[in-house]
Amino acid sequence: MPETRLLFRHIDEPGLSSIDVYRKLGGYRTLDKAFKELEPEEVLAELENSGLRGRGGAGFSMGKKGSFLPRGEMEKYLCCNADESEPGAFKDRELMTKNPHQLIEGCAIAALAVDATYAFIFIRGEYWEVADILDRAVAEAYEAGYLGRNILGTGKRVELVVHRGAGAYICGEETALLDALEGKRGNPRLKPPFPAIQGLYGGPTLINNVETLSNVPHIVRNGADWYRRFGTEESTGTKVVSVSGHVERPGNYEIELGISSREIIYGLAGGPLEGRRVKAWFPGGSSAPVLTEDDLDLPYTFEALAKAGSMLGSGSIIVADETVSIPELALRTARFYHHESCGKCTPCREGTNWTVKMLERVVNGMGTPMDLDIISSVQENIIGHCLCVLGDSMAMPVGSMVQKFRGEFEAALEGVRVAA
Amino acid sequence: MTELRPTDEMTAAEREALIASMRPEDAEGVPELHEVEVPDELREQIEAAMSRYPQLRSAAIPALWALQRYHGWCSPEGIRQAAAVMGVTPAYLEALATFYDLFRTTPAGRHQVLVCHNISCWLRGADDLTRAFCEAAGVGAHEADHDGASSEDGEIFIKGFECLGACDIAPMASIDQRYYGPLDGDDAVAAIKQLRTGAEVLPGKALAGRPTAGGPEPEADPREAEMEGA
Repeated sequence: MPETRLLFRHIDEPGLSSIDVYRKLGGYRTLDKAFKELEPEEVLAELENSGLRGRGGAGFSMGKKGSFLPRGEMEKYLCCNADESEPGAFKDRELMTKNPHQLIEGCAIAALAVDATYAFIFIRGEYWEVADILDRAVAEAYEAGYLGRNILGTGKRVELVVHRGAGAYICGEETALLDALEGKRGNPRLKPPFPAIQGLYGGPTLINNVETLSNVPHIVRNGADWYRRFGTEESTGTKVVSVSGHVERPGNYEIELGISSREIIYGLAGGPLEGRRVKAWFPGGSSAPVLTEDDLDLPYTFEALAKAGSMLGSGSIIVADETVSIPELALRTARFYHHESCGKCTPCREGTNWTVKMLERVVNGMGTPMDLDIISSVQENIIGHCLCVLGDSMAMPVGSMVQKFRGEFEAALEGVRVAA
Repeated sequence: MTELRPTDEMTAAEREALIASMRPEDAEGVPELHEVEVPDELREQIEAAMSRYPQLRSAAIPALWALQRYHGWCSPEGIRQAAAVMGVTPAYLEALATFYDLFRTTPAGRHQVLVCHNISCWLRGADDLTRAFCEAAGVGAHEADHDGASSEDGEIFIKGFECLGACDIAPMASIDQRYYGPLDGDDAVAAIKQLRTGAEVLPGKALAGRPTAGGPEPEADPREAEMEGA
């Protein structure tokens, strides 16, 4: 099964990041059409009918989210979430590095659709090189009249600002991102109100991931019906999947939603190294509950992975082969969330801390049989009890590892007892 | 003891007096621009950032980036300068500097090496890579992996970092804000040497310019053929 490339169509074309090559390949024609001929409602309807679901993790209908923004005179905003910090995710990096204008065109059209004057690309601070590329591309787009006060002479205005973060996973959470963009510490806000009603600077705000917005020009140009021909009924279109860990060919692959997970891991990424076997895999970044070898034939869609008790999330597959100790993998996972917890909500701040301490005990041979049950109960008490899902994002994978590989955790404890 | 009353029943003057009464005596207010000597270059960068946003405070993180670039770290002096330009208290900016991982609140080595130690890189040998970098630079691996550590000559700062978003080139590192990978122990030794001598760092290992993993597409899908636009 080959890749199905819409966003990646000309991805390795030399010079694609420059406006000349992008335009030569048909770029910015959709923006031209949208600004000159289409009403915002028509653009939104096309996006909603396409079935495009958010590619950042939650998988919510993009067009529907856009339609939640109130109409009227108040200042509205568009934020592109380019904070890509989920362990295992690196698709937005490649999309922005190689085809920044596709994203800029998508941002401008989405801003038009929701009547936003200011649009921001919030890019994680570590992507310094990528932000430089975006800065250059945005300057080119301004010069060509695709951004600014009077876009292509239509009198419509969109200002696009590339905002560099400074290293905090939590800023990928949409309300923390808004706080960070307002010049504060990135702490999540209580929802509701949702950003569509009260977001940046208190105004209605549409927040979408890089990949979601990169899809916008293609959908608006080719139509919702064309887009729906890719993927499944509930998961339309293609998805850029980041595959990493123990595979022969780690990297980004654009697939049609609905192909089997085995085809992605074995067919495209070459399968585990040196003929080893898949032991555990995260189907959607490190926040997704792990699956096992038995789950490899699941279709790669939002609905099938949710039904299997996990999630497609950002579309990042991390493969661990049989050489990996699951308790150590759980510890590595928990440490990340402990480090990144912003500290605002107690279940997350304390829960991540205690999970790390208990897993360290288990891994270092100091654990007691009670620890496993306490670990599980701590995870259960984090889920759903915080302002955002950062705590859940540790609780779900760690909980799934203890549940599915309990024997391995017990063996770690048993080893201590025998040695004593 | 002062009488406790809801703040929304107070006049503006009463509210201000209440806030002032709660401020610690040694807290620094907003520094006046004429009291602080701000390098022109830094001031220009911060003011340019302030002009880009509908609200000035959004420029706080760009301002911290600018002062870290200028001073090498978020020094109290630099924070005071930025606070004066922005019209905020130094404490406001300091609270941000301590929240975000990329801001350094202590002096650090001139070249910055961030070694990813998250899941995908760990699966492919990040622990060994961190040790190799630390040995080559002469800093303690445990210290570097946790809080970051600088070499004695002040040239190299090494820090174990959470996922840098380049699992395709695991194990990898960000060296002076550029991505390199996949790296082994020899690459680490070479990179540290190149940083110290000012040579180009790991020419063949930079992420920039690396083609997509799938290579050129083998066959065109008929549905793609109908597609228009780049």
